[in-house]
Amino acid sequence: MQSAQYSLDSVRNDFPVLKRKVRDNKALVYLDNAATTQKPIQVIDAITDYYKNHNSNIHRAVHALAEESTEAFEATRGKIAKFLNVANSNEIIFVRGTTEAINLVAYAWGRDNVQKGDIVVTTEYEHHSNIVPWQILTQETGAELRYIDIDKNGELMLEQLDEHLATGRVKLVAVSHVSNVLGTITDIKEIITKCKNAGAKILVDGAQAVPHMKVDISDLDCDFYAFSAHKMLGPTGVGVLWARKELLENMRPFQGGGDMIREVHKYETTYNDLPYKFEAGTPNVADVICFAAAIDYLTKIGMDNVRNHEIELTKYALEKMSKVKGLVIYGPKDPNKQGGVISFNFKDVHPHDVATIIDKNGIAIRSGHHCAQVLMEKLDVAATNRASFYIYTIKQEVDALIDSLEYVAKVFKL
Amino acid sequence: MSGDPIYTEMIIEYSRNPSNFGKLENPHIHRHDSNPLCGDSIDLYVNVDGTKITEVKFDGKGCAICMACTSVLTEMIQGKSLEEIKNFKKDDLLTELGLEHLIKTSPVRIKCALLSLKALKHGIYSYFVEKMNDVEAAGNLKEEAASLY
Repeated sequence: MQSAQYSLDSVRNDFPVLKRKVRDNKALVYLDNAATTQKPIQVIDAITDYYKNHNSNIHRAVHALAEESTEAFEATRGKIAKFLNVANSNEIIFVRGTTEAINLVAYAWGRDNVQKGDIVVTTEYEHHSNIVPWQILTQETGAELRYIDIDKNGELMLEQLDEHLATGRVKLVAVSHVSNVLGTITDIKEIITKCKNAGAKILVDGAQAVPHMKVDISDLDCDFYAFSAHKMLGPTGVGVLWARKELLENMRPFQGGGDMIREVHKYETTYNDLPYKFEAGTPNVADVICFAAAIDYLTKIGMDNVRNHEIELTKYALEKMSKVKGLVIYGPKDPNKQGGVISFNFKDVHPHDVATIIDKNGIAIRSGHHCAQVLMEKLDVAATNRASFYIYTIKQEVDALIDSLEYVAKVFKL
Repeated sequence: MSGDPIYTEMIIEYSRNPSNFGKLENPHIHRHDSNPLCGDSIDLYVNVDGTKITEVKFDGKGCAICMACTSVLTEMIQGKSLEEIKNFKKDDLLTELGLEHLIKTSPVRIKCALLSLKALKHGIYSYFVEKMNDVEAAGNLKEEAASLY
């Protein structure tokens, strides 16, 4: 059960839920990590500790608890900045999740910078959260929405980006760093370079990247980057939007309310400095604070080790799955080109039937359209099954998945 | 792992070879419905002669449970009067396939099983209201459709 870089035994020991039995006393095999990851005891303890000992609103009161909470809240911001190699932690905006981060950009940046005749580019493998906000924006402004299609390996056809950029009308390119369905790792540096050269802004949806590999935002040099805490051992309800200071300073606020103001008069308001200008209302204090424990946990393991572990598991799983009768695997099918995500279908068996059958063995995978119906249309399927791995996934769990898939093939007489 | 309570021979067989699969041109009743969270998506086509169902077909994509239940429903309602459909209960369909346990055991998969019945009830409601201009006859079919799951 040992991997070369860290002890899987001790990592698994930190996750109480992994000891659970489900259904008919079956050991839980949790392979739905692209949807959300489990939480280590360190994160669970952090939230309990916050509510037991420190709970308070932040940024205003001068009493001891308020001071402690404010300090812990802002310390998390600093920790995230360091984790992503961001020099100015005021560029880290706390939001509810990746979805809210993208909507913030569509609203607060998009409405002043995208006009009739402009183009917003997204891709066929985006999550709905990186499609629908741009549909709303372009429909409202009379701008045009264009796509970068995928090829048969589930990789973006970047020559289409060149064509879009050549029009000189592209204002924004919005693309995932890693596809949540196919696992494809986007050649993000290449896209960023192209956008820079063409004068287009670039937003990266990093929901499936930050949890699984080292992301260095200074090195990427994009304009907007978004991700969620709950997909990287942290709590639900916390996400981050990073954007360059110059952009944030020139953007209108997203929501009005407390904390985001400097002075409010009867008919006018001056806004607060970054990052508070974009954090109206009492934020999710407790969850932001316990997110720090998740960052610490991942930092201790090392993001390169996380990535290497997932490469190893993906390689192992792809080899075994390719031998299961009737199984079709989507995406790059190359562990070096994809994250720890494998989407698959049995020919003629609906994914919900597969998920229901294997759930009885305690195996949790996702079946459905994964909030990526544009991609489902492209693949010409209603849905797929998706197994996704994380730091605590072990080969024995992949084996359990394979055994169950073989059983499905038997039930459906494939 | 034997004796699967859901994936019986009957379900597998119906999902492989659905009954009344296809389309009716210009049907009296056409209702599309889908389960957005799981991706089952069907179109139900019904022809009516006076007050009786004369012809039923469906097409679409769905899981084995959805395909089997829709198949069986189309078989069961053939020749039935619209009044009878009003009294048709979800248990009538589920028992036919031995799936009544789903109500308790699988709040997720029950949606797959009852999608077609929801489409049917709603379709007949629209038929009464829009084509026959008879709101009274439509009764509470719409509410019933909405509260199936």
